[in-house]
Amino acid sequence: MLEAIGLGSAKELFDSIPQELRLQRPLNTPAALSEIELLNRFEQMGARNAGARRISFLGGGAYSHYVPTIVDHILTRSEFFTAYTPYQPEISQGTLQTIFEFQTLVCQLTGMEVANASMYDGSTALAEAVLMAERVTKRSKVVASTAGHPQYLEVVRTYVQHAGIHLELVDFDEKTGQSSHALAEAIDDATAALVVQSPNFFGCVEDLAALADAAHAKGALLVVAITEAMSLGLLRSPGACGADIVVAEGQSFGVPLSFGGPYVGLFATREKYARQIPGRLVGEAFDKQGRRGFVLTLATREQHIRREKATSNICTNEGLIALAATVYLETMGRRGIQEVAQQCAQKAAYTARAISKLSGYSLPFSGPYFNEFVVRAPGNAVELLARLGKEKGIDGGIALSRLMPDRPNDFLVCVTETNSREQIDALVNGLATV
Amino acid sequence: MTITKVTSHISPNEQLIFERSQSGRIGYRLPPLDVDEVELNIPAEFRRDDDLEGMPEVSEVDVIRHFVRMSTWNYSIDIGMYPLGSCTMKYNSRLNERVARIAGFANLHPLTDEQDAQGALEVIYDLQQYLAEITGLPGVSLQPAAGAHGEMTGIMIIRAFLDARDGAAASHRRTMLIPDSAHGTNPASAHLSGFSVKTIRSTAEGLTDLDHLRELCAHGEVAGLMLTNPNTLGLFERNIKQICDIVHEAGGLVYMDGANMNALVGVARPGDMGVDVIHLNLHKTFSTPHGGGGPGCGPCCCTKELEPFLPVPRIVKASDSSYGLDFDQPKSIGRVKAFFGNYGMMLRALSYTLTHGNDGLREATEAAVLNARYVAAGLMETYDKPFAGSPMHEVVFTDKKQSRKGVHTLDIAKRLIDYGFHPMTIYFPLIVQGAMLIEPTESVGRQELDQFVEAMKSIASEAVEDPELVLNAPHNTRIGRLDEATAARKPVLRWKP
Repeated sequence: MLEAIGLGSAKELFDSIPQELRLQRPLNTPAALSEIELLNRFEQMGARNAGARRISFLGGGAYSHYVPTIVDHILTRSEFFTAYTPYQPEISQGTLQTIFEFQTLVCQLTGMEVANASMYDGSTALAEAVLMAERVTKRSKVVASTAGHPQYLEVVRTYVQHAGIHLELVDFDEKTGQSSHALAEAIDDATAALVVQSPNFFGCVEDLAALADAAHAKGALLVVAITEAMSLGLLRSPGACGADIVVAEGQSFGVPLSFGGPYVGLFATREKYARQIPGRLVGEAFDKQGRRGFVLTLATREQHIRREKATSNICTNEGLIALAATVYLETMGRRGIQEVAQQCAQKAAYTARAISKLSGYSLPFSGPYFNEFVVRAPGNAVELLARLGKEKGIDGGIALSRLMPDRPNDFLVCVTETNSREQIDALVNGLATV
Repeated sequence: MTITKVTSHISPNEQLIFERSQSGRIGYRLPPLDVDEVELNIPAEFRRDDDLEGMPEVSEVDVIRHFVRMSTWNYSIDIGMYPLGSCTMKYNSRLNERVARIAGFANLHPLTDEQDAQGALEVIYDLQQYLAEITGLPGVSLQPAAGAHGEMTGIMIIRAFLDARDGAAASHRRTMLIPDSAHGTNPASAHLSGFSVKTIRSTAEGLTDLDHLRELCAHGEVAGLMLTNPNTLGLFERNIKQICDIVHEAGGLVYMDGANMNALVGVARPGDMGVDVIHLNLHKTFSTPHGGGGPGCGPCCCTKELEPFLPVPRIVKASDSSYGLDFDQPKSIGRVKAFFGNYGMMLRALSYTLTHGNDGLREATEAAVLNARYVAAGLMETYDKPFAGSPMHEVVFTDKKQSRKGVHTLDIAKRLIDYGFHPMTIYFPLIVQGAMLIEPTESVGRQELDQFVEAMKSIASEAVEDPELVLNAPHNTRIGRLDEATAARKPVLRWKP
C-alpha cells in the first residue's frame, strides 16, 4: 500500500510533522499482552476490590438493583454498541426509535412533557438544569438545599462558577432531614430556580408540591433532582407536583455499579421550554412515501450549529446506557417498576425499624423515606463500618463524615429488592455485635 | 450500474413498544417480598396515583424481538467501514468488553472505602500514567465523561491558572482564540468557562494563519488558543511550536483538542510541541465503543504547572504502593462529575493500551494514516481535494465537481449507503463548502478500502450519467430521506396514547 501511494516507508507518512517534534524512542508503556495474560492481570486487580464481594447496603447516588439477563444481551449486539450518533437516519433507525422510546419513558416516569436523549449522569444533568433555568428566566440566583447530594452540589458549583450565577445553599431541617422553611424564604425576585433533591441525600422525601408553589410565587423554576430513580415507581412524579425541570440519575434502571460510571442522566422539562433544553432530541418524521421514522431534531440549539451560542457544549451523551435503561424499563414494565419500588420501600422500613430498636442506635430524621435512611450509631461510624466489613463481610452503609465532616456518628443505609431478609438480619445482628 | 455491496440490509417491521403493549403482560419475576408488610411512613399525597399508566406491559420475548428487529435497522462498525471523519470509528475489541464485566469491577460501588477498592484505583492510576506518557503531559484526570466535557475541564483549568497567576488583572484576559475550522464544541466550551471567542482564519493551505494569530495576540487580552492537531482538515499544523510560542509570549495558554490523536499516538506528543492542556477521547483513539452516541470518556492531560488545577479527587499512589484519593487540592477547579468519571470506559481503554503494547499503539497510528492516505490517492482524480497537503488520519474532499450537475455532498453520502457503507462526515469543517471528511481508521483492510474508493468513483459517474439516481438515494433502506424540516417545525418528541 505504501508503494501505491508512492512512499518508501511508514516513517514517510509523517513527513508533515517536523523532525524535532517526532518521538525518537518507543513509548514507555508496557509491551503487548496476550488475551490470557491480560485477563489474568485484570482478574487479579478485580480481586483486590473486596467491596465488590460483600453484602452491600451502599446507596448515596449509586444503587444495587436486579438487572434482568436480557439487558446485557441486547446491549452487546454489535448493531447497537458499535454504532455512532445517528447522524444518518436511514441506517440508524434502531438507535433513533430506541431513543424516542427512552424519551417517552422518561416523560411517563417524571410526569413531564419532553425529555432529551440523555446526559452524562445525574450530577451533570443537574448542572445543565441550573444553566437552563438561568437561560429561561434571565435571572442569576439559584437556591439549593444542602440536603442534596454533596457531589452533585460540587458539580453545580464548578459549572456555574464562570456563568455569572450565584448559588445560595440553605441548610436543611435537622429534625426532619427535609429541606427547611428557610429554603422557601431564600427565594426572591432575582431567583432563577429552586433546586431540590427528592428523595434527598438522606433518603427523605421532600414536599415538592409546596416547594413548587414557593418557587412559582416568585417567578422561579423548580428544578428537581433524583439520584434513586426507582423511587419514581412509588412516589408522586415531580411533574405532577409542579416541577419545571426534572433531572435524574438513571443508573438504577439496569446499569451496573461499575465504580461510578458510565451511568445515564435523565433530563425532562415542560414543552414550552423544549427549545432551551440541552443535548440531543429525537423526533418523529416521515419520508416521501409517508413511512414513519425518527430523526435528531431541533439541532439549532446545539453546538455544531450555534457554536458559542448553543444551549450546551454537550455532544456525545450516554446512548448505550440510555439503551440499557430502555430495555430495563420495558422488561420490568408498568408492573415491575412499581413492584421493585414497593419491595425497596418495604425492606427499608423493615431494616430501619430493626436498627432503631438496637441499643445505642437511633434514626435522627423524622421525614418520610423511600429506600435510604440515616442511622446514628453509638460511636464513630467510619470505625464501626470498617469493623462490620472486616468481621462480617457486610458494607453496612456510607459514613456521612466522608462527605459531611460534621456528622461523625451518622451513616446512610440503603436497602433494595436485592437485599434478602437474611442479609438484612445479618446487618442488624452485625451492628449489634461489632 | 451493478452495486457490489459489502452487506445487504434486512428490514423487519416493528412498532413502538407502546403500540405492542397489552394489559397484564409481564416480562420479569421477582422473589416474593420476604419481610412483613407494614404501612409505610410516606403520606398518600407524596405517592403516585397514576398507576404508571401508559408504560409498556410486554413479555420477555416481546422485548427481545423488539430490540433485535430494531437493531437490524442500524449500521455499525461490525458491519463494515464507518469512515466518519473526526469520529475515529475503529474496531471495539470484545476482550475489552469482557474486562469491563469482570465482577470485581462491575459490582463495585463508587463509595466503597478506598482500601476495599485498591484494584479499581490501580486501574485509574495506571491509565493516567500511560496517557501522560502518550501525550507528554504529566498531569492527568480521567473524570470528564466525554470530549466536550474534557474541553470544558481544560478551559476551566486555563481560566483558574490565569486567575491565580494574574489576580484581578486576569479579568482583562478573557478572549479564547479558535480557528474557523474547529469543532463546534470548542466555542461552546469556551463560552461555558466565561470566555468570549475570536476566530482565527485558516490559510489557503488549510493551516492556522500565523499573521492573523499574531495580530489577535497583540491585543493583550488573549487567555489562550484552542487548536485541533492534526486539524479538522486532516492536516498537521507544522508550525505548532511557533503557534504555541506566539500564544505563550502573549501570556496565554494552548489547549489542544485531542479528537484527532489517532494520528499521533506513538509518533509525536502534544507535550513536546508546547501544548499546555489537552483532552483525549477514549471512545475514539482508545477504542471504547461509541454505543450509538456515548458513553465517552474525555481525560484531561496537562503540564506540571497546571496539575494543581485538575478536578478533585486526584487518584494518587502512596510510598507504600497503596492507592488513594486526594481531595486536598485548594487550587482545583472542583469536581466536574459525580464519583470518578466513566470508569467502565477506563477499563476498556487500559485493556486496549495493554493488548496493543507500545509497538502496537504506534503501528495502529501508522495504519490509520496509511489508510487515509490510500483513500486520498484513490479519489484525488475524481473528487475535488481542496488542500494540497498530505493528510494524516483523515482527508477532506468536496462536491465541487459533482455539484455542477446538481449532485451535492448530502446526495453522495446518501448514495454511499446503497453501496453498503456508512457515509463520511459531511458539511464539516464548516469552512469547506460541501465538505466530505473521510477517516477510515486502522480497522479496515485494503480490500474494503478499494471497495470504498470504487463506490465513490461509481457515484461520481452516476452523478454525470444519471443524477436522479443519486439525488433520490438511498434506495435500499427501510425508509427514505425523512422530512427533517417538518420534524423540527412541529416537533413530536414522545409517544402519546
